[in-house]
Amino acid sequence: MTLTNINIPRLQLEGMTKIYPAVIANESIDMTIAPGEIHAVLGENGAGKSTLMKMIYGVIKPDRGRILWNGEPVDITNPAHARKLGIGMVFQHFSLFETLSVAENISLAMEDYGSLDDLSRRISEVSEEYGLPLDPGRMVHSLSVGIRQRVEILRCLLQQPKLLIMDEPTSVLTPQAVRKMFATLRRLAAEGCSILYISHKLDEIMELCHSATIIRGGKVTGYAVCAEESAASLARMMIGRELPTCSRKRPDVEGQECLRVNRLCKIAADQFGTSLERVSFSVYSGEIVGLAGISGNGQQELLYALSGERPVADRGAITIDGESVGHLNAAQRRELGLGFVPEERLGRGAVPGMSLSDNGILTAHRHGMVRKGLLDFGRAKRFAQKCVTDFTVKCGSVDDLITSLSGGNIQKFITGREILQQPKLLIVSQPTWGVDIGAANIIRQAMIDLRNNGSAVLVVSEELDELFEICDRLLVIARGRVSPSVKVEKTSKEEIGLWMSGMFPGGPVDTNKARELQSEGCCVD
Amino acid sequence: MRDAVLIKIEPRPEPSRVMRYCSPLLAALLMLISGLIIFTLLGKNPVEAFHAFFVEPINDFYGLGELCIKASPLMLIGTGLAVGFRASIWNIGAEGQLAIGALCGGAVAVYFNQSSSGFILPAMISAGAVGGMLWASIPALLRTKFNANEILVSLMLNYVAILLLAMLVHGPLRDPDGYGFPQSVLFGESATLPIMIEGTRLHVGVLLSLAGVVAGWVFLEKSFTGYQIRVAGGAGRAATYAGFEYNRLIWIGLLAGGLAAGVAGVMEIAGPIGQLLPSVSPGYGYAAIIVAFVGRLHPGGIFLASLLMALLYLGGESGQMNLDLPSAVTGIFQGLLLFYLLAADFLVNYRIRTKSSQQEGN
Amino acid sequence: MDLSLVLHIMVAAVAAGTPFVFAALGELVTEKSGVLNLGVEGMMLVGAITGFIAMAKSGSLLLAVVSGMAAGAAMAAVFGVLTLTLMANQVASGLALTIFGMGLSAFLGLDYTSFALPGVAELHLPLLSDLPVIGPLLFSYDVLVYSSVVLFVAVSWFLYKTRAGLLLRGIGEAPESAHALGYNVIGIRYLAVLFGGAMAGLGGVYLSVAYTPVWVEGMVAGRGWVSLALVVFATWRPLRVMAGAYLFGGITIAQFHVQGFGIEIPSQLLSMLPYIATIIVLVVISRDQQTIRLNSPASLGKTYHPENQ
Repeated sequence: MTLTNINIPRLQLEGMTKIYPAVIANESIDMTIAPGEIHAVLGENGAGKSTLMKMIYGVIKPDRGRILWNGEPVDITNPAHARKLGIGMVFQHFSLFETLSVAENISLAMEDYGSLDDLSRRISEVSEEYGLPLDPGRMVHSLSVGIRQRVEILRCLLQQPKLLIMDEPTSVLTPQAVRKMFATLRRLAAEGCSILYISHKLDEIMELCHSATIIRGGKVTGYAVCAEESAASLARMMIGRELPTCSRKRPDVEGQECLRVNRLCKIAADQFGTSLERVSFSVYSGEIVGLAGISGNGQQELLYALSGERPVADRGAITIDGESVGHLNAAQRRELGLGFVPEERLGRGAVPGMSLSDNGILTAHRHGMVRKGLLDFGRAKRFAQKCVTDFTVKCGSVDDLITSLSGGNIQKFITGREILQQPKLLIVSQPTWGVDIGAANIIRQAMIDLRNNGSAVLVVSEELDELFEICDRLLVIARGRVSPSVKVEKTSKEEIGLWMSGMFPGGPVDTNKARELQSEGCCVD
Repeated sequence: MRDAVLIKIEPRPEPSRVMRYCSPLLAALLMLISGLIIFTLLGKNPVEAFHAFFVEPINDFYGLGELCIKASPLMLIGTGLAVGFRASIWNIGAEGQLAIGALCGGAVAVYFNQSSSGFILPAMISAGAVGGMLWASIPALLRTKFNANEILVSLMLNYVAILLLAMLVHGPLRDPDGYGFPQSVLFGESATLPIMIEGTRLHVGVLLSLAGVVAGWVFLEKSFTGYQIRVAGGAGRAATYAGFEYNRLIWIGLLAGGLAAGVAGVMEIAGPIGQLLPSVSPGYGYAAIIVAFVGRLHPGGIFLASLLMALLYLGGESGQMNLDLPSAVTGIFQGLLLFYLLAADFLVNYRIRTKSSQQEGN
Repeated sequence: MDLSLVLHIMVAAVAAGTPFVFAALGELVTEKSGVLNLGVEGMMLVGAITGFIAMAKSGSLLLAVVSGMAAGAAMAAVFGVLTLTLMANQVASGLALTIFGMGLSAFLGLDYTSFALPGVAELHLPLLSDLPVIGPLLFSYDVLVYSSVVLFVAVSWFLYKTRAGLLLRGIGEAPESAHALGYNVIGIRYLAVLFGGAMAGLGGVYLSVAYTPVWVEGMVAGRGWVSLALVVFATWRPLRVMAGAYLFGGITIAQFHVQGFGIEIPSQLLSMLPYIATIIVLVVISRDQQTIRLNSPASLGKTYHPENQ
């Protein structure tokens, strides 16, 4: 073992380049991280952050460029090699095996660990030490998303990493849990571990990181010392202009109750799912209601029930405009004025092997595109064209395959397709996941405009900032239960954060008991 | 630095439409080249054997008629199967559905053996259609009610159907004056498909198959249900999202195959065979799977692929007669054709690039 | 019914079930890695004829086994190239493999049609084989039957007691995760596919060389497909594969015994039994979707594109 010299950077990247057939993902990226430094890699969706991290972790090979590890040039051939060097990575989309236990999962990332029992003991020790309690015998599919991330983090910590890469780690955490994780990361940094923190959330970076590399369109657009910057100046570097904002002004009219969910219960089909317990809420015409929550708390199940993809037995549990629709399928509910944008765009909201025009037919066919059982393709094309024009979808023509579009443009097309049908009720899940800031703004504005035209809108999102920006009222879902609603002006991210961990009146965690626990310094997941 | 030529395989930004149509042609070409190699390995003069296998069978009018007769069931079944395959419903039970169709149609012919009514043929064809659909409705029912895998169920039913046909031809449907041979009476004129062109065996059933292909084209390419089938096959969850009833599409997909195979079965016994035998198909039900794939699940392509596949059948017979080539070679060609197609499809999504490595910096 | 008849039936069921043991265990390992190879029937056929020819030419059982396994693995390799390297649809590729195998085996077997082999003698184990009841029931088989049991133990041990088995299950569950951890998903799947092919080939050899040592075209007669159904029936667990295999062995031979009881049933009706039983078994097990979902490898049948990462 060589002694770590404080003057030698832990990691140095020189001219890292990765070219894909359609895009240059990374172009000549240079970056330096010192031991014990928390360094942010900042950029909007699709800027090339993940590609860069995967090159460092040896998942993909750079086309050009050089990596220096503790001053020595290295050619990181695969993740096992990276781990041997002391690089750990916590993935955004976890790399876990659901049907295996925690210990088995961790063992697959270790070179030698003795027996599974030995490993389980070490997992317990280390998890205690870092205040991240974890039962090594549990099956991963029975764990919440937050705990799964803990498994990923522990898997890295067990190898005593010198560099820890965290890819968008906070999207699965409540604001309170984020703070706790930051404490753990600071402690690690104090012990000498360098941390590469990838995010597009400016306030988090300002709070946690020492320095930052900003990437836009695959290139470095700036380096920053966080203490010397403001959120606004970082944003300018990130997107090259001021952050766009939506015009929020709303007509002050009382709307009719449009969607009503009345004690909706649904037992999960299997143990990978969450059961819904007596979910009740309403959405009125002319308002946007946001549903916040950590993913995996029943959002999927609720959305399947609301959209009609999985009808429920109790037909009165869901009403649209006073009509019971619980038993109806998705097409029948659309006849009643429902529009729905799911979070999975390809494969659910759109068919990958089809053109834009054909994908328009998917839900818009009921607007005169079918005559005597035959399709009117001309009409379908005109509809798709309008969608492309109105929502500034960047594409060659409406005959292009939908897969040839970027994530943001696909989302604009699907959202456009639903909005152009003038739904009375629009349900949107994760409207801006993986979408660049420009497209995100167009989509948010479109939802606001729809509301202003008198439609009811329900938005399900994991991004609290987004919900606070566009919603009139907020709901929180935790472990299959939905909180009472609260006006946006009358709440705070703190309160919503607590609610997200289940601590709301009638929520899965008893409020009094939770307070007790909190005062003892325990974290409620 | 030498400018060594590197071969690089990379994903295409968008699937190539040109390659989608070229890959079946490429597959056919590769199969023909393999044919030359196989003939050589078998100790035959490759050119001569090639001629005997692929040219001789169709160098006269009679041969062309035979080609159409063989292609007829293949194009019809292939189109029916394509309806299911497009929805990712894998009906591989066409062989059994064909046998049951033949059995039902044949039963009608045997029962009305003395009659010369003009309604017998339509009745046979209807009976065959119903029989094929009933047989296909078993996997459809088990799939929609119990989620039983339609691949395995439809395949198992092939064995059952062929045994059932054999049992009945050995039993109640046997020709009482047939010296105990397991075969039915020879069908009368009223139960036989009329010949269209003198000097060939080309019967009117070929027209029926062509009509089936056209109907399949309209249904698959132009109808809303055809669109729903494409969605269900391309992304099942998108079909649920749109509110298309998946179970209905499963039924349609399987019944279309059963209908086509059942009718094809009747056309075999009322056409070239002329009676019921324990075995009525040289594997058309399986070959039609290949036809459907090579035809890109598109009726137009299926039409062309059925001609190629028919030629393989004829070539096998001709090669056996003229050159003592084993007819089992046909099966090898069929398998190879599908292999090559699946392999060539790689080029739809990927491209191979050669580039010189001069500018390589490290 | 007297004891010796019961014993006789049970012994015959084990022998008739052994081809299923080989083929289904192989397919189990393939499917555990997330690959669905529907070409078992074709691989068994090619294994059967290759082993048959080797046996006929050399008289060596070992050579027959080795060549049959190699032939099955070679067929599986073609499937591997198509589905793993060229990323073709697994269902279509499996069907192609079966159709090709039917043609190839018929072609290779032309000169051997109705050619008979001497068969494989039972192993006589001193003392053990002479025990009453236990002797005939457990110790009256040929060496291939014993090796199928050994292979069952080996496969169970591998899947559940070794790190490599854990990895294989992990890859079938979440290939992207395994890739992100640095494992060679494609390479490991190749090994699983090849193993499945070799086992199917061995099942074929057992059929053509030991069980009914006469070459008949298409002699596998759907056993490959039944093996595929057995894996589903067993909900991807080796012990249940074993039990299911012997159950089906019992159904296969039942047809010979029903007639022995003097019941007049057309032979074709009895021959349908195993196929109808397969369908019934599939229906019964598929009704419980939750068990299927919990036990089937999550990535089964899905094409893995490494560059999607």
